[in-house]
Amino acid sequence: MAEEMRIVLRNYGKVDPLNVDSYVQAGGYKSLAKAKGMSQTELIEEVKKSGLRGRGGAGFNCGMKWSFSYGVKAEQKYVICNADEGEPGTYKDRIIMENDPQSVLEGMAICGYAIGANQGYIYCRGEYPYVVEILNKAIAQAKEKGLLGDFNIEVRMGAGAYVCGEESALIESIEGHRGEPRFKPPFPPVVGLWGKPTIVNNVETFANIPAILEKGADWYKGIGAASYPGTKVLTLTGDIVNRTVFEVPTNTTIRQVIEEFGGGIVGGKKFKAVQIGGTSGGFIPESLLDTPIDFDSMGAIGATLGSGAVFVMDETRDIVDVIDRITKFFAHESCGKCTPCREGTMRMHEMLHRVKKGGASAGDLDFMERLGTVMSKACLCGLGQAAPAPVLTTLKHFRNDYVAKFN
Amino acid sequence: MADYREIISAYKDVPGGIIEAYHAVQREYSYIPEDAVVFAAQVFDMPKAKAYGVATFYSYLKVGPRGKNVIRICESAPCHIAGADKVVAALEKELGIKMGETTPDGKFTLEFTECVGQCQATPVITINSQPYGDVSADKVAAILAEYK
Repeated sequence: MAEEMRIVLRNYGKVDPLNVDSYVQAGGYKSLAKAKGMSQTELIEEVKKSGLRGRGGAGFNCGMKWSFSYGVKAEQKYVICNADEGEPGTYKDRIIMENDPQSVLEGMAICGYAIGANQGYIYCRGEYPYVVEILNKAIAQAKEKGLLGDFNIEVRMGAGAYVCGEESALIESIEGHRGEPRFKPPFPPVVGLWGKPTIVNNVETFANIPAILEKGADWYKGIGAASYPGTKVLTLTGDIVNRTVFEVPTNTTIRQVIEEFGGGIVGGKKFKAVQIGGTSGGFIPESLLDTPIDFDSMGAIGATLGSGAVFVMDETRDIVDVIDRITKFFAHESCGKCTPCREGTMRMHEMLHRVKKGGASAGDLDFMERLGTVMSKACLCGLGQAAPAPVLTTLKHFRNDYVAKFN
Repeated sequence: MADYREIISAYKDVPGGIIEAYHAVQREYSYIPEDAVVFAAQVFDMPKAKAYGVATFYSYLKVGPRGKNVIRICESAPCHIAGADKVVAALEKELGIKMGETTPDGKFTLEFTECVGQCQATPVITINSQPYGDVSADKVAAILAEYK
């Protein structure tokens, strides 16, 4: 029986999120003190050595990212916590911030010391005003006790734009602009917020940092899959018995997640498909369920780990109907800056809708594949590049469901 | 009701503060008056077109009047398969309006939204950002009663 392992959620239910003293009593802010006893390069090396990779979906080595900002000479640098959790089916960052906000603040302060930044921002999605309140209280308490040293943190609210989860779009939004992604390079660690070196990491990434400092890079590196060590917080949704949140080592298989943690399919029905990583994730059939959830294993089967959302569908679900809904999502959320995404997401939804209504033919499926392939290469940011994945993976694994719609 | 001019001016010195200012106006008015966008352009020293462009980019912000209580129904995939369409039908029937409309007394507006991050309890609706989970058609009247 696979077991849960709580690193990110180590304080879940154990500390009072609205009382910084209880976090300190649980050992909080010792890691920041330990970090400050190291040189910046030693600290970055330790984070790099732990193998921690970004938990927002892109999976970039965290210490490596920090080293890019450290290496730039600038009077001002910034640390941003990406709390714009917008991937449908994902609510892990909310769970972390609601239950243990100080871990996130401590992780940010450690990053601030590492790269030489004294200003941090938490960009929290507008749909979570109640989380913003918790964060503001947590920041005020930590400041009052002097726990953050000279590091300041301010909360900024997103306003319902999925694309702002992309780091350069997020930065544009903090600057008070439309949240449209920037052309890259330069990347944010070198030229970010107001043109200054900026580290943007996900909530879950920051929440890992104090634990890594406390127990050491070697300890962390030994957990889960070798190329994507540690744990992942997963949120289970759809036709699954336990619609809840779990934290598991990254070498756990999809089947273990669904059957052992999720308790299987509701009502004893048969499994049909699972989409992992949010609404931009690939659809996975039964035959691939023994794949471990880590970033690289998922990539090898044409899927993603992404945000860690696990959306399960039973045998009665109409795949084409679900994909129709998903393509509508992307047509709505495309920011419109680049043509392949602005036009592609709209045309893809149009074609899906035609399939759903019975007006499509086999040639249309080929068009969809061609459009999807072009988008995944030609779109400016991750939104447009990932948008066709649900279509392409269902055309691969569930093509008969499409064909069955033809009149 | 506080004047939007005062609310917006309070953010004048916040770098990139126009979105925070819009949020603050919306908390008070439940929407952003057209004139407030023009005023924000002055305060943040940008063309009116840009202030309007920012306000209309974000789906959480609404320029122009809407109801006092904003009901949003999630239509993302997990809520979709959990029966969000039945909740939509029940809300439309209970309020006598269609999605996107406001009741004649100005009390309620119905809007679609994408995921609001409460997927442990699909389908989900929010009323003035307060989430309600595991909503079904027969629960709608009781939920609305709190706001009538």
